[in-house]
Amino acid sequence: MKSSLMLHTITRIVAFIILSFSVFLFFAGHNNPGGGFIGGLMTAAGLLLLYVSFDLKTIKRVIPFNYTTMIATGMLLAIGTGVVSMFLGDAYLTQYFDYFQLPILGETELTTALPFDLGIYLVVVGVALLSILTIAEDDA
Amino acid sequence: MSLLHLVILAPFVLAILVPFLYKYVRQVHTGWFVMILPLTLFIYFLQFLPMISRGETIYEQQPWIPSLGINFDVYVDGLGLLFGLLITGIGTLVVLYSIYYLYNKKKESLHNFYVYLLMFMGAMLGVVFSDNLMTLYIFWELTSLASSLLIAYWFHKERSRYGAQKSMLITVSGGFAMLAGFSLLYVMTNTFSIREIIAQADVIVTSPLFIPAMLLVLAGAFTKSAQFPFHIWLPDAMEAPTPVSAYLHSATMVKAGIYLVARLTPVFGITQHWFWIVSGFGIFTLIWGSVSAIRQKDLKAILAFSTISQLGLIMALLGLGSAAFHYDVAVVGTLYYTATLAAVFHLINHATFKGSLFMIVGIVDHETGTRDIRKLGGLMAIMPITFTVALIGTLSMAGVPPFNGFLSKEMFFTAALNATTMDIFNMQTLGILFPVIAWIASIFTFAYCILMFSRTFLGKFKPEKLEKEVHEAPIGLLIPPIVLASLVVIFGLFPNLLAYSIIEPTMASILPNVLADGERFYVNIYHWHGFNTELFMTIGVVIFGSLIYLNLKKWAEVNWFLRERDPLNWVYDNSLVWTVNGSIKVTNMQMTGLLRDYFVFMTVFIIGLMGYTMIKYNIFAIDLANVAEVSPYVLILVIVLLATTVLLPFISHRITAIVATGVIGFLIALLFVVFRAPDLALTQLLVETVMVVLFLLAFYHLPELRKEKFTPRFKLTNLVVSIGVGLVITLTALSAHAFSHANPIQPISDYFVKNSYELAGGKNMVNVILVDFRGLDTMLEVLVLAIAALGIVVLIKLRMTGKEDV
Repeated sequence: MKSSLMLHTITRIVAFIILSFSVFLFFAGHNNPGGGFIGGLMTAAGLLLLYVSFDLKTIKRVIPFNYTTMIATGMLLAIGTGVVSMFLGDAYLTQYFDYFQLPILGETELTTALPFDLGIYLVVVGVALLSILTIAEDDA
Repeated sequence: MSLLHLVILAPFVLAILVPFLYKYVRQVHTGWFVMILPLTLFIYFLQFLPMISRGETIYEQQPWIPSLGINFDVYVDGLGLLFGLLITGIGTLVVLYSIYYLYNKKKESLHNFYVYLLMFMGAMLGVVFSDNLMTLYIFWELTSLASSLLIAYWFHKERSRYGAQKSMLITVSGGFAMLAGFSLLYVMTNTFSIREIIAQADVIVTSPLFIPAMLLVLAGAFTKSAQFPFHIWLPDAMEAPTPVSAYLHSATMVKAGIYLVARLTPVFGITQHWFWIVSGFGIFTLIWGSVSAIRQKDLKAILAFSTISQLGLIMALLGLGSAAFHYDVAVVGTLYYTATLAAVFHLINHATFKGSLFMIVGIVDHETGTRDIRKLGGLMAIMPITFTVALIGTLSMAGVPPFNGFLSKEMFFTAALNATTMDIFNMQTLGILFPVIAWIASIFTFAYCILMFSRTFLGKFKPEKLEKEVHEAPIGLLIPPIVLASLVVIFGLFPNLLAYSIIEPTMASILPNVLADGERFYVNIYHWHGFNTELFMTIGVVIFGSLIYLNLKKWAEVNWFLRERDPLNWVYDNSLVWTVNGSIKVTNMQMTGLLRDYFVFMTVFIIGLMGYTMIKYNIFAIDLANVAEVSPYVLILVIVLLATTVLLPFISHRITAIVATGVIGFLIALLFVVFRAPDLALTQLLVETVMVVLFLLAFYHLPELRKEKFTPRFKLTNLVVSIGVGLVITLTALSAHAFSHANPIQPISDYFVKNSYELAGGKNMVNVILVDFRGLDTMLEVLVLAIAALGIVVLIKLRMTGKEDV
């Protein structure tokens, strides 16, 4: 690709900002706008930017994700969180939360909604990228 | 489950075994195994005779679906036993006959034949012994099914298949109507048991459902018993092997309708509708059948129309017999129940002589290779036994003394003459029709009997027209008709053999409550009545019948006379064609294969349904008082949104269209911002971005949008439909809004507002709802996404060429 130096350089910076922002959105979900769905989409958008500015092969080498596995992992995580509550004698998908004193973060609220949200996050990233890349790679 | 139940089910059990017998016992004709069963059953039923003639009945219960009132209850009385004896007795003879008729074990698929035949026999026994209407109906349909299978036994012949289809269509539609009739009876009486229904006859007569129930039940009986105008299937059913014709289409199945009418006479018989419909259709069928029979050239066709005519006779007699309910026997004596007596007696007689005649025709067909009376003749000297049996059968059918047909025909005349003395149902004036029609029909009956007989056995032998060397039939083929013919003679000479044992109890079941308690019908049949009207009518029948026969050559020039096919066949054939063509037309009209047409159908339906509901319940309302303040941001956004939307259909460039759709998406995201939904706005923005990317990727390869040329009418339809949808949805939304303010409901969002932090530890209420309160929805939506992505992968990666072995 010709004269893509600017693009590459900016992408390198911007992608990290976008990705960090997406992680922020993901964690902010519980108390502020955000969450697994939005975070996942934002991550997907960031990765898409990488794919658009560099070619597919390069990025695949750098980020060797198998998106199908990612979708499956996400689904398992979401479903598994729900199952845990069944072992504790509650209804399926009952979420728990409590406040803990953590070494660096201080008093933090930990909730089972987080792994559930993480599952959603993984599925959304997987779905968005898998569909787009499949279509893009298709040259038939 | 009593022995009687097993007796009814025995043919079905044997039917299962028949294929094994056929396959593994090759050296013995399968028919011999089959014959044991009806013979045993016949002897078994004979044991009931003394008990039944004492006026006792047997009732055995077997619950089947008790919660629906459907039980396999068996009830044996005179009527049922009469039919049971006919079915098993003639069944035995027919099986014996079929062993010699279908003698070629290799060529004929005997396992099929006997399975169908046994299925039919069991079904028929079920029909006549069932006390429960639903069980009766099931057996009834089984007889239709078995009958069609038997008609199409030689299924490689086109005519057989046509006949089978025709009989199936007609009898099954009748049976279906009958089912509706039975259901109505259930509605009226709350029971399916025939005996309980008879006990509630007075309730039924006063019910508004009486007439529909009666008509529907009669539709079943008339189609099965080949009454006008449903008789057309019977001549075409003659494509069946002759044993089948002899069994089904003369002795048993066609009498199922007679059975039903007789059985339900106590329920419906009290009214004049029943009287007129049953006797009217019967008498008309009688004359229609006898006049049609004389036109036929095929022996079996003559017999088929003859059967139709005789069934009409029995039906008419059953109708006339129902008048007995209106008279006190103590006052008028036996006058009005003679008709019922004649019906029962003729039922037996017809089964004997028609069965033997069919078998004779089968023999003639078998030995000469044709049934065409124009080719036959002079068989008297070559086939003397066949000739003798045929003579007895024909004379009995024609009503000549001393055979049983004479007796029942005399009684028929008596009943028809008695009908003129009735003083009910306008019979004073119309009653004269009955003896007149009966007499004319008998003349034709006499004529076709003589015609059929003389063309086959008398005259000159024409060996040049026949394909086979003609000789007398083997003895096995002759035994069954000989047995039946001897019955004709025995019943003719000693009719009172039957009178006490079976006719009296049968009459008691058809006409209950006519006699006082403890009394019984006293039947004495004798030959000589003195010089009365009936005798002169018979003499007239012989004279005029002979005249018609002698002048047949002249008749033959009449155009009407040459037409063999029943004119009603035209109606049947064309209605089939019309039905098929009509449904093709209707289907082609709506099933255009164009998605946009189906879309129009769906939307028009929605508009119609919702519009109709709104107008019908008058639920349209606008409530301007509770509308929120419209901010300038919203106003601007909506205007831009509307402008983009209206613009969209006019864009002819694909990429532009995609971008315009994206614009709409982003505008909606802005609306979310204005309405304070940050999560939604974020999601909408991101989804829209991803969507646009996807659209661009997917549509990159597609050709440019083509301008389709639409007719103005098409455009107008689309415009109207689109506006209609928009209007209906808008009105619905407005009404819903007004309605919700008029009838406020506590929203559950208050609960979420209150509890999202306390119960779930989160301050973002939307997210708490998504992952905690309503986590399941989220999980499944994500699953939907996953499935969609995998679908895309499958669609793109798995490019099947159509040759894979999947």
